[in-house]
Amino acid sequence: MWTWFYKLASPPYVYGIAAAFVPWLLSAAALALCYGLVAGLAIAPPDYQQGDAFRMIYVHVPSALLSLTIYTVMAAASAVALIWRIKVGHAVAAASAPIGASFTLAALVTGSLWGRPMWGTYWAWDPRLTSELILLFLYVGVMSLRSAFEDPARGDRAAALLAVVGVVNVPIVHFSVVWWNSLHQGATVVKLGAPSMPGSMLWPLLAMWLGFMLFYGAVLCMRLQGELLNRERQALWVREAIKS
Amino acid sequence: MSSGFWSMGGYARYVWPCFGFAGVILGWNLWSARRAMAAARLRAQRALEIALAEGASQ
Amino acid sequence: MTVGAWEAFVLIVRRELVLSFRRPEQLLQPLVFFLIVTTLFPLGLSLQLSLLRDISPGVLWTAALLSSLLSLDALFKSDADDGTLEQLSLSGQSLTLIVVAKTCAHWLVSGAALVVVSPIVATALGIPVAAFATMMLSLALGTLTLSWLGAIGAGLTIGLRRGNVLLSLIVLPLATPLLIFGAAATERAISGSSAVGAMYFLASVCVFTCTLAPLAATAALRITLE
Repeated sequence: MWTWFYKLASPPYVYGIAAAFVPWLLSAAALALCYGLVAGLAIAPPDYQQGDAFRMIYVHVPSALLSLTIYTVMAAASAVALIWRIKVGHAVAAASAPIGASFTLAALVTGSLWGRPMWGTYWAWDPRLTSELILLFLYVGVMSLRSAFEDPARGDRAAALLAVVGVVNVPIVHFSVVWWNSLHQGATVVKLGAPSMPGSMLWPLLAMWLGFMLFYGAVLCMRLQGELLNRERQALWVREAIKS
Repeated sequence: MSSGFWSMGGYARYVWPCFGFAGVILGWNLWSARRAMAAARLRAQRALEIALAEGASQ
Repeated sequence: MTVGAWEAFVLIVRRELVLSFRRPEQLLQPLVFFLIVTTLFPLGLSLQLSLLRDISPGVLWTAALLSSLLSLDALFKSDADDGTLEQLSLSGQSLTLIVVAKTCAHWLVSGAALVVVSPIVATALGIPVAAFATMMLSLALGTLTLSWLGAIGAGLTIGLRRGNVLLSLIVLPLATPLLIFGAAATERAISGSSAVGAMYFLASVCVFTCTLAPLAATAALRITLE
């Protein structure tokens, strides 16, 4: 079992499995997203309070969950890279950052479009929205810091440290609706106990969440290949890899 | 029935841009990742050419 | 001659203070900036003093945050430029101790100075004297936390081009809880209700940061010095 673990620290091995996984992850994502969209837009009944506007949940919640998950992955990969000096960790973190930032933006914009008909405003300075905005700033900070260094290895390490420091914001975003009086509604799915949502509405949401996660996996693998090539340009395995 | 679908109970001007933006983000991710991969390959190719040229000239 | 940890701490703090006071203009600049920024708000909004009081906690805290950012760049920069930082890291003393000493000294000349000047600014913004104690205590905790967040940011951005901008980009998102709770505490004190809850939050953020930030700042310095 441990040999499999050790292999994950090897750039050529990870490059290989990333390349192999992309088509599978993309197809699975497409399937999940198709089902989720059809069921969510057409099959699920309208909400008695929000009418058809509630359907925005099917892109807003997966985006928001993904924005947090990706940051956590980025922070974990960064920690692994810093502690055990495993370069693949830096590649995963660097690949994840722009993806995570884009989904944070998606969460903010889709949430804003949902807020307008529901709360009457495109924006409110409430704890969850504010902390999600801070998450976007943290992503941008990590990306800016990495690119500001002339020595890429040093840039990786500095960005990794910042990613780890900023992870404290992730639980703040998640628990903000519990700790403070928030305009934003409380947790319906990611909480202890049964989800407080009927099945016909819940299944498409889970499918969309799964689809988004698989999509992240696919895009991560795509970017990861490029990041590994960048970091290992001089290595022999790269010569073989780019010939194919 | 189909006009009811598109109007989304009157919320169409929020719902469709919302899904549209999400689609834009997904599309951007694919496009941007592909670009990054191609750029990395190109750089690795150039590095390889330089290394071979140096090796040949020695 | 080996120097004990406490003596090393005192030596470094003393050195920082001596160096800071040799250039008094450098010390005054953030304070003057603090005064200027706080006057910009009433001038720009042309509010009467009584109405100004409503926005004063936010104005005060935003100005304190921004002027603290100005002085953060200097935390490690001059020592990094002339090689002293590397010498200190090779000295055999714990790098964390050095970082703690430098940050404490930095807070004494920037944050503490800000707290001392704050009553003047507060009067200009129409904050009643009864709220001063809470305001100054919240500023003290807030600027201390900020010095530590700044130490992490400064450690990461030493010697970078546009390092100043990047430092602000890194520190400000992490500092938003300070702004929120500090302004809330001052606000409660002004309106006469109990600021205890907000102060507890502020204190817990401060303790959390002061405990973990030294480790992060040391790690940041090691990354830069390698």
